[in-house]
Amino acid sequence: MTRDAVFKVENLQVSYGPIQALKGLDFEVKRGEIVSLIGGNGAGKTTTLRALSGIVESQGRIFFCGTDISTMEAPSRVGLGISQSPEGRGIFPQMSVLENLSLGAYLRNNKVEIADDLEKCFALFPRIRERAKQVAGTLSGGEQQMLAICRCLMSRPKVLLLDEPSMGLAPLIVSQIFKIIVSLNQEGMTVLLVEQNARMALKIAHRAYVLETGRIVMTGTGAELLSNDSVRRAYLGI
Amino acid sequence: MQDVLQHLINGISYGSIYALIALGYTMVYGILQMINFAHAEVYMMGSYASFYAAKWLGIENSPGLSTLAILLLTSMISCSILSLAIERFAYRPLRKAPKINSLITAIGVSLLLQFLAQLFFGAQPRAFPTVLENQTLWTFGEVALKTSDVTVFGVSILAMLGLHYLIYHTKTGQAMRAVSANPTSASLMGINVNRTIAATFVVGSSLAGVGSVLVGMRYPKIDPLMGMMIGLKAFVAAVLGGIGSTMGAVLGGLIMGVSEEFVAGYLSSTLRDAIAFGLLIGILLLKPTGLFGRATSEKV
Repeated sequence: MTRDAVFKVENLQVSYGPIQALKGLDFEVKRGEIVSLIGGNGAGKTTTLRALSGIVESQGRIFFCGTDISTMEAPSRVGLGISQSPEGRGIFPQMSVLENLSLGAYLRNNKVEIADDLEKCFALFPRIRERAKQVAGTLSGGEQQMLAICRCLMSRPKVLLLDEPSMGLAPLIVSQIFKIIVSLNQEGMTVLLVEQNARMALKIAHRAYVLETGRIVMTGTGAELLSNDSVRRAYLGI
Repeated sequence: MQDVLQHLINGISYGSIYALIALGYTMVYGILQMINFAHAEVYMMGSYASFYAAKWLGIENSPGLSTLAILLLTSMISCSILSLAIERFAYRPLRKAPKINSLITAIGVSLLLQFLAQLFFGAQPRAFPTVLENQTLWTFGEVALKTSDVTVFGVSILAMLGLHYLIYHTKTGQAMRAVSANPTSASLMGINVNRTIAATFVVGSSLAGVGSVLVGMRYPKIDPLMGMMIGLKAFVAAVLGGIGSTMGAVLGGLIMGVSEEFVAGYLSSTLRDAIAFGLLIGILLLKPTGLFGRATSEKV
């Protein structure tokens, strides 16, 4: 196995009761990459992320930086450096923005480093600094998405799993968020991105996988898939 | 005027006990969206734990602060262990099952404990150890402020302040609030959800343990069914305050205690229990979310 594989996934399967949502996926995410998973509703994109972060049970093998984490509980995976911004953002609406961010650093104890990272987050998202004392539920959708990403960063992750960061946001905000994802990646962050907005996702991705009803049906670089006819027809509406 | 004050003292004193027990209901509901009907029996078991501990240590008739401290500690620890066991073996296996299953299980556990207590402790009432000498500390005309009132109120306030500190100023408390808001998100933060739920049970049942000693101090008669009525009333207090809200539970308990006391004092003492359930019906009709019921401000 190559040492620079952040994730290496073999025959990943997930079932919800009698319904098999993932029917055996094999893929990998290398250090420093942005990898996008695209596909229609119910293709299994979100389920894949949930299996990687450990909040659904899965069969098959998941290697993270060379270690088999298939049977590890979600909280321990966070400790290893896997951080997911869930579908619908999953912020804690009754708590303040600051408290949400401190929960992101829940497993860390070094106060100086945490304060440092908080500063970095604020530098990256000035809007979040302005809203720091506000109750998180009162933020706009875009701000909540920024908060969700910030909160992930507060755990000092090795890889970011982002589930539909564009969901329900205005195009202008979406392009802002994507710019931030790219700049995080340029600083060395590995990103696994799940998106309905296939065009945006493919544009920024180094590589991408196309999912259809629980299987990977196509893979390639972002640019390859953007120019692929069947992808264009099925997901880009051209 | 004087008996208004006296009733108020009694009401607040009893109401703060309701509040302590209501906190246990509301905390577990907040985190699991489940009414833990066995809570009242955990409270009852706390009384028996103090009873037997006092007997074993030979301090049944040696009132004093050390007795109070020993009994409080015994009761809190026994209640915690019992509720940890209930959570681990009765509720945790059902965590992914429909909510109604855990509700029925809770009722089952509650009955089980009632009858186990009758089997092992006997159905006849027992005398609770004398915790403190009940002296009159202060009189104003006919109004008397007694040691028991001050102790009940003081200990309750301390317990509630402790709870507040725990919930809002510690990592465990932060984890509790996170799990209660969104368990999936909480585990994505690295929070161990099962451990946090267990901690919630420990805290809630410790408060019931405190309550059991305080009640024993005022009404020193315990029996295996003693949890039923006070448990129901504390539950109503939690609903009145808005179930899931700790502030609501405290306020609900006080309202319940004071209004009962006034009804008993000025109307008829037979109406004392009717007021509790009258309140419940009233709230469910007028404001089903209770006084501090959670307003949803979440933007989707």
